[in-house]
Amino acid sequence: MSRNRISIAIAALGGQGGGVLSNWIVELAEANGFMAQYTAIAGVAQRTGATIYAIELYPEEQVQGKEPVLALMPVSGDVDILIASELMEAGRAVNRGIVTPDKTTLITSDHRVFAIGEKEQPGDGRFDADTVREAISEAAKELIIFDMDALVQQSSSVISSVLFGALAGSGALPFSRELFEETIKASGRAVESNLAGFALGFEWAQAGNVDPIENQEPSPEISSSELMSSIEKLPKGAQPIAIYGLHRLVDYQDADYATLYLDRLSQFTGAPDAVVKEVARHLALWMSYEDVIRVADLKTRADRGEKIEVEVKATDGQIWYGHDYFHPRFEEFTDILPAGIGAAMNQSQIWRRIFSPLFSKGRIIRPKTILGYLMLRMVANLRFLRQGSYKFKCEDKRIRSWLELVSKHKGDAALEIAKCPRLIKGYGGTHARSLNRFSRIMAFVEKSQDDGDLAVKIAELRDAALADDKGNALSASFNNLNATGLGTDDGKNSEFEWAGSS
Amino acid sequence: MAERSFKKEVEKLRLGEGEEFRGEGILAVTKALLQAGVSYVGGYQGSPISHLMDVLADAEDIMNELNIHFETSASEATAAAMLAASVNYPLRGAVTWKSTVGTNVASDALANVASGGVTGGALVIVGEDYGEGSSIMQERSHAFATKSQMWLLDPRPNLTSIVNAVETGFELSEASNTPVMLELRIRACHVYGRFTAKDNKIPDFKLQDAMENPNRDTSRIVLPPANYLHEHEKLKERWPAAINFISERKLNEHLGAESGEIGIIVQGGLYNSLIRALELLGLSDEFGEADLPIYVMNVTYPVIDEEILEFMNGKKAVLLVEEGHPNYIEQELGLILRKAGCETVLNGKDMISDIGEYTSDVIKKGVEKFARANGYFGNSTFETARFTPVEVPARPAGFCTGCPERPMFTAIQLVQEEIGDLHVSADIGCHLFSILPPFNIGNTTMGYGLGWAGASAFNKDARKRTLSIMGDGGFWHNGLTSGVGNAVFNQTDNVLMIVDNNYSAATGGQDLLSSKAEHEKRSTQHAIADAVRGVGVTWVKEVRTYDLVDMHRTLLDAMTTSFKGPKVIVAQGECMLNRQRREKPQFNKNVRAGKRMVRDRFYVDSETCTGDHQCIRMSGCPSLTLKENPNPLKSDPVAYVDNSCVGCGHCGEVAHAAVLCPSFSKVSLIYNPSVWDKFKAGFRRGIISWLQKGAERKRLRRLQKAGLV
Repeated sequence: MSRNRISIAIAALGGQGGGVLSNWIVELAEANGFMAQYTAIAGVAQRTGATIYAIELYPEEQVQGKEPVLALMPVSGDVDILIASELMEAGRAVNRGIVTPDKTTLITSDHRVFAIGEKEQPGDGRFDADTVREAISEAAKELIIFDMDALVQQSSSVISSVLFGALAGSGALPFSRELFEETIKASGRAVESNLAGFALGFEWAQAGNVDPIENQEPSPEISSSELMSSIEKLPKGAQPIAIYGLHRLVDYQDADYATLYLDRLSQFTGAPDAVVKEVARHLALWMSYEDVIRVADLKTRADRGEKIEVEVKATDGQIWYGHDYFHPRFEEFTDILPAGIGAAMNQSQIWRRIFSPLFSKGRIIRPKTILGYLMLRMVANLRFLRQGSYKFKCEDKRIRSWLELVSKHKGDAALEIAKCPRLIKGYGGTHARSLNRFSRIMAFVEKSQDDGDLAVKIAELRDAALADDKGNALSASFNNLNATGLGTDDGKNSEFEWAGSS
Repeated sequence: MAERSFKKEVEKLRLGEGEEFRGEGILAVTKALLQAGVSYVGGYQGSPISHLMDVLADAEDIMNELNIHFETSASEATAAAMLAASVNYPLRGAVTWKSTVGTNVASDALANVASGGVTGGALVIVGEDYGEGSSIMQERSHAFATKSQMWLLDPRPNLTSIVNAVETGFELSEASNTPVMLELRIRACHVYGRFTAKDNKIPDFKLQDAMENPNRDTSRIVLPPANYLHEHEKLKERWPAAINFISERKLNEHLGAESGEIGIIVQGGLYNSLIRALELLGLSDEFGEADLPIYVMNVTYPVIDEEILEFMNGKKAVLLVEEGHPNYIEQELGLILRKAGCETVLNGKDMISDIGEYTSDVIKKGVEKFARANGYFGNSTFETARFTPVEVPARPAGFCTGCPERPMFTAIQLVQEEIGDLHVSADIGCHLFSILPPFNIGNTTMGYGLGWAGASAFNKDARKRTLSIMGDGGFWHNGLTSGVGNAVFNQTDNVLMIVDNNYSAATGGQDLLSSKAEHEKRSTQHAIADAVRGVGVTWVKEVRTYDLVDMHRTLLDAMTTSFKGPKVIVAQGECMLNRQRREKPQFNKNVRAGKRMVRDRFYVDSETCTGDHQCIRMSGCPSLTLKENPNPLKSDPVAYVDNSCVGCGHCGEVAHAAVLCPSFSKVSLIYNPSVWDKFKAGFRRGIISWLQKGAERKRLRRLQKAGLV
């Protein structure tokens, strides 16, 4: 039997204007000789969920006294156009079976809006976008995909207008560009920016799919030939990372400190490339651990202001102020004191109590006021204290012990140990918790003989440590390995006893 | 204060005879009520019928012209009790709510009104929230209709059919002295379509007539001996009257083919999905010209035995398409067939999935199986291309950007860090999203306003107290008595936290007794704390939710204080979604008008963020998300605040209270700066950039010395 309708489904997230887009399509169709029906479940989408809107258009000339029966939901095998406002939503639509290769033109933005399950992971919980891209290109009859969020930013519009433009540009509806634009104009709301977004969407859809340009930063260079020759002794794959590391450490402390980094790295010249690469990465990061000196330095740099201006979309020359949230604890204070004093004070309840009023509250500092800037700069200038500080001594001992553990092991086990400092994250309590997990794994490594499966065990433990915030997965993994004493103690602030513990 | 303004829609309510109405299903129902000459409308808001209430609330002028009384009832029970006006007087009235939850609440009054019966037409419009995306338990309203004997209409989901159902519903109610339920599924409520309007009607008999000339009939009151007689009336008088009316007026329809070997019986509300399924199986065209005979039950209770048997007659098999569980209609049809000795095979849940929503896809599979079993299709198949599912993240509902409820749950997280996990009894409302990631807080939810009642068993001396949560909507709905009064009377030692959003947030911003705004036609500004004290709670604290330090301190105090007795915290913060809807356009207008305005939003330093995402686990704000780590040495993504940030300040407060990290910064952008702003900024910029250049020179020298540049 003949089929005259056009079925459209919109897969959108709350706040992305799926309702606005539906209205535009209905108004466009009704103004141009079609009858339209649509439905959606409002409300839920608003509160961050994903929602499907279903629209069906029917040419009035075919109606002739009989009303077409319109479905209230997109049906698999029956959707002509699917519009998705985000990449994973396009993937979800394919999973629902409402994108089919015989029928569906799929118009989707390529950008990601991360779901809470992806965001809350302590490591990297993001879903794989490439498999979704592959799946949707296989499922759709025609695919129009580009980063519409970038165009939204560019045109200061909303994604519904870019999608509406892409729909016009796809040619999937029998209406001209002018008719689409009339609809936006007739709505009378934010006409100018919506038309700008529409135009970009239209042009990109017409231009066909363009791969996003990989914006790879060139690796920094080194002018000194002496340093370069040390670097060149390292495996090729590890060299760019080592160069980054060098830059970071000179920036963090000074040239001598960076040389120490290279010296430490040079112990590993005989090791496999992958091991050197991971050691180079984590050694550089660990040696430049974040302390108040570092934070104050970063917060007072000129280029920080430029970054903020781009991100918050300040207009040219717009006046703005940053209010930076700090909450240094007593520990952050003793951390930068000379090692002996710092250690003594850190362990003394009396000193802690005397100083506690100073550290009981968070503080807000405004680095763009003169006083705020000077306060931070003063702290940043304490760099000369760093290498003698309590925290430095503790971290240095851990670093050396970790390096020793790496060098004691071979092959995959060495590689897995080298990757473990990825676990150490955050500040304050978060840092203490992550250090606890790291040190438990190191203690496990110290006790274990490598019977060939140590690497697998370490990798498992590391993944478990990143799997949840409470440390339950890690404890369970230790228990599975019958590692006595390691499975239960997730003491919040205690570093577990190992060679590197202070 | 409702989240949508319905000024445009209200105009549609004025359409007259022959004019075309275009709009949403639930608005069509609203118009149909006016066409039917209602005298009063009440209800309790909730998806999918909130818009009916919101439109009427915005249509004061029309309501006055038509002499209609409209009120937002305190609860569904209040609304149902309103139908009492139709018992003694020829007044048409309609009430509405979300079902089945609202029907649960209303059932006391419904049972009473159904027992005594009505003189004027009484219509109960229930918006069904069943199936995918539903926020409530999967149950059927059908059971309520049968248990109290109220007729149940389930019209085809197009505007003309829905509007007709409203009008005939009143007539049916009057013809059989029985209240009538009109069931509308959520997608039908939101469906956009058109119908031909009629003039609105002003009823001849007015509410004032009843008030001034009251009429009493003790036989209508549920009190012995009348209540025993009601049963007799129900079965011997009202039932046959209804059957006659439904058959004579042909409320159920015969569509599709005139006759056939096999046929389909369908609930009216599922008709469209059935036709699409048939079309995809090649058994119908786009207009519903099906190859099989279809009996459409626009009235699903009572079932008209004669019509069923007539349809069954001469057919080999009939498929019943009935959504939901238990399969009440299938059971009844089976009985009818059995008693009549009819040989026709009745198929139903044996052919179509017995679980979940009946989408076209589900019905299509069932109809295919049924038709195949009866010799259709031969070798042809109807499978659409299926792909192996790709992994995509789930998107559980969560709190909106800047939501003031988020800090409450952060505070609970902080308290749990200190005293261990708590038993949390949750309620109904946005705050229930705390159950989901990232907060994962809440053990049970027992119904609207029943948060504290849900913890009432835990009334023993223990080392930890329980914490209950209630929204302002639930509080005024019944929580004040079922929760607070109950806790006072039974001397609990536990803690209740009430969310005060300035109005009912979850259902769309409707006003409440405790609304902060002045309201011309309603009495507002009755503080929750006063009500709580009024029933005898002495430990009452009011907190601003965004003040996380205070929120945390107050909650910890409540959980650990030596004070014995019920403790109530009223946590205040206006719904951000509605607030932004109001303030954002105003802000932009002011900026365009050249006024000095300051906009706050947050920023995370990628350089100092270590990619641990503790901030996300403690805040859950949609605008706090991830981006690629700009540091090539690090692989884990860093936290990042996107441009949807409204600057509520919670992430900064979290960073302070939980001692998270120094990466959060509030950026205040100044629009249309004053001369003084410009002067200060210029002066500061001059000095700071001079100092920055010095620091930068030193840094460069360091790099040069190391041989890096």
